[in-house]
Amino acid sequence: MTGPEEPLYRQLGLKDDEYDRIVETLGREPRPAELAMYGAMWSEHCSYKSSKIHLKTLPTDGPAVLVGPGQDAGAVDIGDGLAVVFKMESHSHPSAIEPYQGAATGVGGIVRDIISMGARPVALLDPLMFGPLTDERNRWLLEGVVAGIGGYGNCIGVPTVGGEIHFAEPHSQNPTVDVMCVGLARADKLATSQSLTANVGSLMVLYGAATGRDGIGGVSVLASATLDESSEESRPAVQIGDPFAEKLLIEASLELIDLGLLEGLQDLGGAGITCAVSESAARAGMGARLDLDAVPLREAGMAAFEILTSESQERMLAIVHPSRLADVDAVCARWGLTIAVIAELIEGGGLTVTLAGETVAEVPARSLADEGPEYDRPIAPPDDAALGGASDDPALLPFDKDLREAFFAVLTSPNVASKRWVFEQYDSIVQGQTVAGAGSDAALVRVPDSLKAIALSSDGKGRYGALDPYLGAAHAVAEAARNVAVTGATPLAITNCLNFGNPERPVVMWQFSESIRGIRDACLAFETPVTGGNVSFYNESADSAIWPTPVIGMLGLLQDHRLRVPTGFPRPGLAVYLLGETLPEIGGSEFAEAVLGVVAGRPPRLDLGRESALLRFLQRAASETLLASGHDCGDGGIAIALAEAAIEGAHGFAVTVPGDLPGHVALFSESASRAIVSMAPEHEERVAALAVEHGVPIARIGETGGPRVLFDGLFETTVDELREAYETAIPRLLGEPV
Amino acid sequence: MRFSFEVLVSLKPGLSDPQGKAVASALPALGWTNVSGVRVGKHIALEVEASDEAAARAQVEEMAARLLSNPVIEEYRILEAEEA
Amino acid sequence: MTDGVPRIGVITFPGSLDDRDAQRAATFMGAEAVPLWHADHDLRGVDAVVLPGGFSYGDYLRCGAIARFAAVMDEVRAFAERGGPVLGICNGFQILCESGLLHGALIRNRSLRFVCRDVFLRVETSLSVVTSELTAGETVEIPVKHGEGQFVARQDELRQIDDEGLVVFRYSSADGVTDDTHDPNGSIEHIAGIRNARGNVVGLMPHPEHAVDPDVGPTGGQPLFASLLAAAMAGAGA
Repeated sequence: MTGPEEPLYRQLGLKDDEYDRIVETLGREPRPAELAMYGAMWSEHCSYKSSKIHLKTLPTDGPAVLVGPGQDAGAVDIGDGLAVVFKMESHSHPSAIEPYQGAATGVGGIVRDIISMGARPVALLDPLMFGPLTDERNRWLLEGVVAGIGGYGNCIGVPTVGGEIHFAEPHSQNPTVDVMCVGLARADKLATSQSLTANVGSLMVLYGAATGRDGIGGVSVLASATLDESSEESRPAVQIGDPFAEKLLIEASLELIDLGLLEGLQDLGGAGITCAVSESAARAGMGARLDLDAVPLREAGMAAFEILTSESQERMLAIVHPSRLADVDAVCARWGLTIAVIAELIEGGGLTVTLAGETVAEVPARSLADEGPEYDRPIAPPDDAALGGASDDPALLPFDKDLREAFFAVLTSPNVASKRWVFEQYDSIVQGQTVAGAGSDAALVRVPDSLKAIALSSDGKGRYGALDPYLGAAHAVAEAARNVAVTGATPLAITNCLNFGNPERPVVMWQFSESIRGIRDACLAFETPVTGGNVSFYNESADSAIWPTPVIGMLGLLQDHRLRVPTGFPRPGLAVYLLGETLPEIGGSEFAEAVLGVVAGRPPRLDLGRESALLRFLQRAASETLLASGHDCGDGGIAIALAEAAIEGAHGFAVTVPGDLPGHVALFSESASRAIVSMAPEHEERVAALAVEHGVPIARIGETGGPRVLFDGLFETTVDELREAYETAIPRLLGEPV
Repeated sequence: MRFSFEVLVSLKPGLSDPQGKAVASALPALGWTNVSGVRVGKHIALEVEASDEAAARAQVEEMAARLLSNPVIEEYRILEAEEA
Repeated sequence: MTDGVPRIGVITFPGSLDDRDAQRAATFMGAEAVPLWHADHDLRGVDAVVLPGGFSYGDYLRCGAIARFAAVMDEVRAFAERGGPVLGICNGFQILCESGLLHGALIRNRSLRFVCRDVFLRVETSLSVVTSELTAGETVEIPVKHGEGQFVARQDELRQIDDEGLVVFRYSSADGVTDDTHDPNGSIEHIAGIRNARGNVVGLMPHPEHAVDPDVGPTGGQPLFASLLAAAMAGAGA
């Protein structure tokens, strides 16, 4: 680590070569405030220096892509002049310290990214990962994070419609808290640097909350020189979110965009004012004169470096032509927000910063915003080629236990069991457009005054990633696409959040580059380009790193929401079919972990061609209204997919699992590219023909009906028993009354 | 002996206080324009059975640090004890 | 009214969230939705007023505590005194209680957690502007979504509420059985909504505006809005 003899730049996290580049760029030694700005902007979090080189290999183009990576969020055209704006971000590190506020401010941050594009936020999803619930600290983290997401999201009027929660030992010290936000805008009103033109002489206007000493953490080494009596506590490591302020920010910002009053809009997140000003100026191809005296402060006596790098929440930066300033002030005042003109755009590329009449920084804006370091970190696969090899295949382990017991063990495992305890803490219905929420494979949110609905799913396969990062990533994309397609929607594009350990370790960089390769191949196969996302490194502590966990946020479109295919069996007397082929693949499966107690073997193979065929078939069958229900086969295999369909629809079934695999393998294999569908008997012939046409294996396995649940030749139970076990598992683990 | 205590829990200085801000903004509309620095916290009253006041206070300190306040974002103040 | 179409005003406070949803529900049910602004001393001649759900002022200090002092509340009070129909939904209910226009108060759910789910309500009286189209004993299915919905009242207030038949809705099963299992927040006597003595001011925690559109959920809110529109058309507040 660093010590008192270390040069200032090292204490700020800058490397020797980075420092040399700064000196070369400035033509002199940097001032302390300048070093603070570089330290923040060139940090991993802001500059993506370890990941950029790999991220560049992801497919980002597509006919429907309006805005790709590089802006505050991505945007996709969904027809009728409408655009969907979406992005996912992580807030894992703050959540590990203060789960409620960490998660809350995570929601705040991603929502601001969406409104800065001029879109109204219409949905939130939260993919989360914690350590096992048998540990008190993990229960505390889960409760705090869920309360924080709900506390913030519910208060700003954006419905939380989906997400997922997984539990794994490696997340014990390092919870993963990712949040995805989706917004709607008129395509011709998107606020991007291409659509809005800034002018020399235009003003940079800060509005929203006042600036305090929040989040300046590492930069605080500078404080030892300037502040004496202020101790740790005046420089909080955790920020407090104010969702009420955020709600006002949403309304004011959208009104400003709607009235055409702005030449640019950016939210303040990591690296605060420094980032917003330098990026906005650089994008406009200009420089700026920034006067820190104009920044409204929450604390007295703040130093320049503090104002520059503060991460106080709920602040936005607008670029305003002087002639429109009064109008902007009027709109903000109506919503109870004060504005402050803090900078002016100037010719050239220089960013000059003053405080109390003194120049504290003179830096080229592009140097900060665009010319950060780019590393090609060493990559090395692990010695034992990940955890799993063919010889570790759990399918080779003998299994002679009771199948019914094993089934209930899988059904009640925390990864599978009902998350109602979580999602009932979220407002999933505000804005009145949620056609399908939790309980559906993909959330469906109606586009106002339209028959269209957007389909949303977030998926991560950390356990597969632990065994094979390439496959883990590809499976995440495949499952997300399958979840969207099974509702009848067409997968369009993805955002992602890449959660990994320390990139300075070659094995982690290997996991990262392999994951990128997996995402790339899958996205190309499904024609779902990457529109942006987030990288979260350093998710590890002394004894453990998280499994490589890329989380995919898939956006799809359903042209007519009335044609959606529900998850649950809607009535008795329907024919139940299994689509896809079941191979003996329980490597990395929920069954293997929950019943056999192992995470080993190879993850299921993934044939991208077969998966694409299934996706096309599902959309086609839905458009011809042939299916009564559809549910993807994921964690826990066919057995769990059937059980969930029965619980959701409140109708039992009798099926015969096809093939001659051993019972436990047939039931719990997690082979990819499969789904369970039900249909009225009169549609069976047409569905079978469609399946042949698309090259999708299909087998009739039984029928819906009655309170009984029968796996012929294996075991039986009832819908009520299923529901009781499924719904009470998580509450029991949390010590709740059931 | 029984002692009654009052514990005041508030956000650490330097942290943003949304409730304080909302209350401060509402006061001028009601006619009070000379108020600033509003902070909103929690007041917890409790009674402790102990052999003497020092022992009781030591316990309240521990309870305040472990449960009544969140040391990451809050600080606490224990007001005068009274024999109940 | 405009050409025989009732005008339903919906007030937006800073932090109101379901204001647009209430407007949409009013329109869906055949009325003209009129947006009202908290800072204006103006009800724009509407025939009924809705205080919508949300987190006015972030629910800071106490839910509804700051909103009750909004400029428009003077007009709402006068409108109510003239017999005009006033409906408070969720945060709106909280504001009406803080304003003294309805008895009691709403505190944190007994579970200490926010809850969003569909519940059944048993109608207790048809003598209110949102239950005139319903009969006592009927049940309707409507979602709740709140963290502070536990209804409480002083003993004397509660006696008055019972004596004067001021309870409009209780949480219940689909068959109208009231008990703790079907009560999402632990309200006293499972009270979900109450009225004033005259019956023209009603507050309830559940969200009828989210229960009119069959595409997104149950439709138990339709008869409530139908009743409100009928009261608005009767022009009691003119």
